[in-house]
Amino acid sequence: MYQTTYHRASSVDEAVSLFGKSSEAKFLAGGQTLLPVMKQRLASPSDVIDLGKIKELQGIELSGDTLTIKAGTIYYDIMTNADVKKAIPAIAHLTSVLGDPAVRYRGTIGGSIANNDPAADFPAALLALGATVKTNKRSISAEDFFQGLFTTALEDGEIITAVSFPVPAKAGYEKMRHPASRFALTGVFVAQTKSGEVRVAATGASQSGVMRVPAIEAALKANWSPSAIDGVSISASGLLADIHGTAEYRANLVKVMAQRAVAAAR
Amino acid sequence: MGVEGIGASVVRKEDKRFITGKGRYVDDIKLLGMTHAHFIRSPHAHAKVKGIDSSAALNMPGVVAVLTGQQIVDDKVGNLICGWAITSKDGSPMKMGAWPAMAPETVRFVGQAVAVVIAETKNLARDAAEAVVVNYEELPAVADIHAAIKSGAPQLHPEAPGNQVYDWVIGDEGATDAAFAKAANVVKLDVTNNRLAPNAMEPRAAIADYDAAEEHFTLYTTSQNPHVARLVLSAFYNIAPEHKLRVIAPDVGGGFGSKIFIYPEEMVALWASKKVGRPVKWTGDRTEAFLTDAHGRDHVTHAEMAFDAQNKILGLKVKTYANFGAYMSLFSSSVPTYLYATLLSGQYNIPAIHAEVVGVYTNTTPVDAYRGAGRPEASYLIERLMETAARQLKVDPAQLRRSNFITQFPHQTPVIMAYDTGDFNASLDAAMKAIDYAGFPARKAQAKSQGKLRGIGVSCYIEACGIAPSKAVGSLGAGVGLWESAEVRVNPVGTIEILTGSHSHGQGHETTFCQLVAERLGVPISQVSIVHGDTDKVQFGMGTYGSRSAAVGLTAILKAMEKMEAKAKKIAAHALEASEADIVIENGEFKVTGTDKAIALPMVALAAYTAHNLPDGMEPGLKESAFYDPTNFTFPAGTYICELEVDPGTGKTSFVNFVAADDFGRLINPMIVEGQVHGGLVQGIGQALLEHAIYDANGQPVTASFMDYAMPRADDVPSFNLSHTTTLCPGNPLGIKGCGEAGAIGASAAVINAITDAIGKNNLEMPATPDRVWRTIHAA
Ligand SMILES: Cc1cc2nc3c(=O)[nH]c(=O)nc-3n(C[C@H](O)[C@H](O)[C@H](O)COP(=O)(O)OP(=O)(O)OC[C@H]3O[C@@H](n4cnc5c(N)ncnc54)[C@H](O)[C@@H]3O)c2cc1C
Repeated sequence: MYQTTYHRASSVDEAVSLFGKSSEAKFLAGGQTLLPVMKQRLASPSDVIDLGKIKELQGIELSGDTLTIKAGTIYYDIMTNADVKKAIPAIAHLTSVLGDPAVRYRGTIGGSIANNDPAADFPAALLALGATVKTNKRSISAEDFFQGLFTTALEDGEIITAVSFPVPAKAGYEKMRHPASRFALTGVFVAQTKSGEVRVAATGASQSGVMRVPAIEAALKANWSPSAIDGVSISASGLLADIHGTAEYRANLVKVMAQRAVAAAR
Repeated sequence: MGVEGIGASVVRKEDKRFITGKGRYVDDIKLLGMTHAHFIRSPHAHAKVKGIDSSAALNMPGVVAVLTGQQIVDDKVGNLICGWAITSKDGSPMKMGAWPAMAPETVRFVGQAVAVVIAETKNLARDAAEAVVVNYEELPAVADIHAAIKSGAPQLHPEAPGNQVYDWVIGDEGATDAAFAKAANVVKLDVTNNRLAPNAMEPRAAIADYDAAEEHFTLYTTSQNPHVARLVLSAFYNIAPEHKLRVIAPDVGGGFGSKIFIYPEEMVALWASKKVGRPVKWTGDRTEAFLTDAHGRDHVTHAEMAFDAQNKILGLKVKTYANFGAYMSLFSSSVPTYLYATLLSGQYNIPAIHAEVVGVYTNTTPVDAYRGAGRPEASYLIERLMETAARQLKVDPAQLRRSNFITQFPHQTPVIMAYDTGDFNASLDAAMKAIDYAGFPARKAQAKSQGKLRGIGVSCYIEACGIAPSKAVGSLGAGVGLWESAEVRVNPVGTIEILTGSHSHGQGHETTFCQLVAERLGVPISQVSIVHGDTDKVQFGMGTYGSRSAAVGLTAILKAMEKMEAKAKKIAAHALEASEADIVIENGEFKVTGTDKAIALPMVALAAYTAHNLPDGMEPGLKESAFYDPTNFTFPAGTYICELEVDPGTGKTSFVNFVAADDFGRLINPMIVEGQVHGGLVQGIGQALLEHAIYDANGQPVTASFMDYAMPRADDVPSFNLSHTTTLCPGNPLGIKGCGEAGAIGASAAVINAITDAIGKNNLEMPATPDRVWRTIHAA
């Protein structure tokens, strides 16, 4: 790690002002992505602004048909929260298969979506559920927020404060774990909104990051059942390929994970 | 046996310090005035070093020196050696490409060091290393075995035309051809044994401390064999004569073979310590471990097995290409030859065997012994062949094995090894019973009704351990003898110190070796301590690998104990005014048999050291030593059976059951044996399902972190069902065969045999990743 200056912010405003004062600052949440990268000397922020102690970034609220998870909430707290389990059990399940216990005790929903790793789990949930990302400046729809590999709509120094999810009629998430990292080799989140709309998002599959899967959405809209997807064919073109999975394999996983997510949806 | 004697599952003495974080590893050691080394490593798989500009780095804060490959060559530090000479079939010696500790001219794998920065702290060394400018001229590289032996392939070493290290043969080619000529059936198989990165929990580390006044070096290092390190550093690398070099291997966090070898980093640390006049420390990080710890396996093999009409094996032909990486590591040459091809008879009566092994250089990390070393490759090949044969001949795979088992011992195989004892039917029976082999078809049908493909796979392994009879290995080209030494010191108060040349880096010697003393003397193990890992304390030793520490190292201790006991009995007899022949040792006392006369061990010890009343002519003291050289290898063997399910939608494998029935001869501590088997099985399963050290076509490593290299984790492996069938090893007095490598040797074939059974396709390479299994299921 290169030398850096550590700050612990006590409010979002303070974090923003600290950011403005330093030359090349980075916000620190769970550190599960940022710190390994710094240790490998692949990132060298002049200042690290820790968001971990900011009270207003902590907590989960269920109000009517909206579940709001504050950006600094760790996966473990999401996984074990009664409101999450009641309103959107698929999110509790997603967090339970995210990384390993160490990652779940430190990593945060805000850090995950700010990072927008093409194999991260949460982006699929946000996109499929039609969630809204709240920042210190504005509200951004999931569609607009995720802009490709490791790229988001966030501006320099903008802080995610919360994510709000409309509570769906049904939702499910299934993931094939990457054998080494435990990220999603491919994961598919399926959701049926209360108004009957069907949204399906896949992560870990596309070369351009989290994506909707219109063919599966159409099939499920006609018939919400795993077998409805039997006839769908997913093209391998544009899909990721690496030593753990060819593009054809990932195309297959999009379909198979979608079927299993539908079967598991509640 | 007593509560702490042989056969007791005594809790490990060493675990208190390991579990409470009080272990003392090389990196925990801090010396006064210590500096820190950071290596500058090649980012290229093959390149010429055109120049190194360290001027900017030398001006950076805390920098003590920047030293280069040219300097280490100029100072006449020796090139790295390979300690086992292999002769090709044309009679020529193996072709050794020169391997200097840092490359002065040419780099041949990513990660090879070209220079080192010595600085006040680790971070300052790393900062300065970034300011060293190395000018490389890239050369074409080759990483794949087949590509390396093609004509026109990039050439690594002028000494080795065609990138060939050797072309070695074993067995009787004429007899094998004759056997094939009369075969009713021939079974053919091509297999790849995937390259593995060893990944001991503790990365390698070294601290070198040169004392200019004494012209003496001390090296603290992560070694499985500190005496061998000293020998090699002295005799071949010109570091210092042996009496001026002390090597200490303190607590070492796992080795699996990778810490047998003497690496460039230790050599450079020693040399640099003298150059800068201060202690030099280097602790590798995980990336350096992936790049520079000797890898394992990496074979490509074609094999054919001939059967008669009654399904008896007539002969075996094997051709193997072994990838050695860019240089020949310390014992690498022996791994695909004498540690591999000599085990190709497996558990079977095979009248004729012929094997040819071609060693190949590639622009990859050097390959050497890794848990099992050659024997996993042999066992995997034979057991995949037997399964393939059963499928082709349409016979039950267990039955095909049984009808070809060796049942008479001793048994001379056609490939050097003479098996001393065993009962292969017993372990097969035990494993089949444990897994309910007969009930499998019903379970398979049940699984099918739930959309799952269920398979069962058998693996009957044999290995040669207790490495090794010195004369035998000497005649085969080994540069060392493979005996072990021990010393028993009884202190004047009766406590006991055992000095051993074996080295514990996870095996539990501090417990098991004490158990022998407890067994023989009836003293609690708390009164015994084990001293190892320091060349100033223990006179000599060959270290720990090849499942040799109990069979060879503990036997040496037994021999020293016997000498000590004989002297102690004389002292006791003298004190008790009895005949020496009437003295027995029980519960820490020397008793006159049939009487209540006795003298406790501390009194005997005290008598030995006060020397006030010893038998006439007896030397004072109670200390004996012994060297033990085994007369043969030992032959642990057993059967592993794996039952699993494959998810046809994803290709993912889930274990249903895994049974292991091993014959290790006598067990000293069954709990520790169980742990060794668990660890070995996990490594074997890791190879079968997850692990693969991959290079791209240009020699760039693709799997140099745990985010890409899949190490097995607890939830990747099943609970194991272990049992033992025992035939005592006749070759050593304790009847021990060894247990350290069996799991890693036998497990992978059981897994692949089970998956291929499940999916109904025979050809499947390791690691059987979900992607690969899925593609195999759906391949036309
Ligand atoms: C071994 C391992 C396994 C993993 N497995 C998975 C997995 O299976 N699935 C998965 O989805 N992820 C996985 N991860 C990644 C993990 O989820 C990370 O926690 C996550 O990517 C980043 O969250 P964090 O809270 O740790 O953020 P940090 O690492 O602290 O920050 C990441 C980035 O987000 C920015 N940031 C953080 N919070 C905010 C905010 N509120 N506003 C604006 N920017 C912010 C930071 O500045 C930084 O650039 C794994 C990580 C590891 C180390």
